[in-house]
Amino acid sequence: MARVLINLPQRAKRGEIIEIKTLIAHPMETGYRLGNTGTAIPRDIINRFVCTYNGEEVFRAELFPAIAANPFIAFFTTATESGELAFSWTDDHGQTQTEIRKITVE
Amino acid sequence: MDRESQGGSPTRRRIILLAAAGLGFGPFAVPGAATRISMDEAIRGLIGEAPVERGKVKLEVPPIVENGNTVSLTISVDNPMTEADHVASIHVFNQKNPQPYVAAFHLGPRAGRASVSTRIRLADSQEVVAIARLSDGRFWSDGADVIVTLAACTEQ
Amino acid sequence: MRALLLVALAVAVTATTAAEIAPEARRSGYDFASSETRAMQDDDAANPGILSVLQGETLWRKKAGATDRSCADCHGSARTSMKGVAARYPTFDAALGRPVDLEQRINRCRSEHQAAEPFAWESEDLLALTAFIAHQSRGLPIAARVDAELRPSSDLGNELFHRREGQLNLSCSKCHDDNWGKRLAGSVIPQGHPTGYPVYRLEWQTLGSLQRRLRNCMTGVRAEPYEYGAPEAVALEFYLMERARGMPIETPAVRP
Repeated sequence: MARVLINLPQRAKRGEIIEIKTLIAHPMETGYRLGNTGTAIPRDIINRFVCTYNGEEVFRAELFPAIAANPFIAFFTTATESGELAFSWTDDHGQTQTEIRKITVE
Repeated sequence: MDRESQGGSPTRRRIILLAAAGLGFGPFAVPGAATRISMDEAIRGLIGEAPVERGKVKLEVPPIVENGNTVSLTISVDNPMTEADHVASIHVFNQKNPQPYVAAFHLGPRAGRASVSTRIRLADSQEVVAIARLSDGRFWSDGADVIVTLAACTEQ
Repeated sequence: MRALLLVALAVAVTATTAAEIAPEARRSGYDFASSETRAMQDDDAANPGILSVLQGETLWRKKAGATDRSCADCHGSARTSMKGVAARYPTFDAALGRPVDLEQRINRCRSEHQAAEPFAWESEDLLALTAFIAHQSRGLPIAARVDAELRPSSDLGNELFHRREGQLNLSCSKCHDDNWGKRLAGSVIPQGHPTGYPVYRLEWQTLGSLQRRLRNCMTGVRAEPYEYGAPEAVALEFYLMERARGMPIETPAVRP
């Protein structure tokens, strides 16, 4: 389980546009770096990031090796109702890590 | 995703490429560039034959970067983000990395604001381009030139 | 005789004009970094070093070793017990009879009080725990004290800082005392104050220790770097902290 940092308001007014900042620990190995033996270190990156709001996708990102290590993604969404935001990161091996955050919308 | 072919010595490749250029196979300035999709080709892969206009999109990236490993990037699009008129996706390309793709962000009316921030890697001083696809199917873009400096004291 | 005295005086004068930075002219590496790099450090929701601090917080509460004790079991809440600690390191370890830096002190706790394997130098866990502890001193002034027992270390560190080394035959002082603010290969030369260690260095794309950074510098001038934990390395760390006395800790800092 990679270390994750998610920043979003715990409460918001209905219709308010909120900013969400996410950070996950991952080396994002590009596949172009040469190791000590002179051969390339295999690519190993997070290639997909999805945010769902009470099950509905509100943001999605496809990532390539050009995304810096410890990927930082900040985006906006509208606070429509109280519930859960789920953040999922998927890597080249198909492994997905999901974090849940609750939000209260008045 | 890594399709770079690493075979053959650089000198041999250069001779073949120069010969190819001489035969009218297009501009090959860098040895090995033949195997890399150019930024223009990558963009064409997204927009097809559709036109892309400069405007509405704002690409914020520092003009000079201390370290190409981590370059702050923000893309915002001037758009009401309603059901009828919103940004469907934002695509980022680069000119000189081994691959022209950087990221593709998928938004929608629930976003509220069409603005995304991230950090990218730039292997060399180059152009970065962001293209937004709107809900009406049209494409808008912005680009920026970034100068990348190298660290003075490294580990090797 | 007078000629000899004049020569001696000339030598003495040139030897001391390796310009030490005046206390009020000292600036953190933060001031030399670009606005984007500074913004990365300033926002705790976006500072990649914070990921290591969070990992350190988990390690603080994790039971370890034959004693099955965590740091928290002895030290309680780090917010109170570790406040100001990093600002005082390196310090003299009476039991060992020599100066130790924070990483060495953490490892000593692990082996002596937790009966656990010490962390390897530059390992993710050691960096995370060091970052977490140093983070508790964020904002506090560096308080390196030169007690009698630390005098030899301070003198050694001072000498090493001013000694030319490597194929490029440069001393730390030549760049960081005499030429700070100027450019070296496109990068601005900072003054070399260890205010934010362990630091998230963009060049490393990860968190790293002061000793790792010093090794980079030494490789940079083509000198043989000190082994991790060597007395020279700790002496240099101590001298740097002493040179930066009064400057606030920034851990985890972000630097290019």
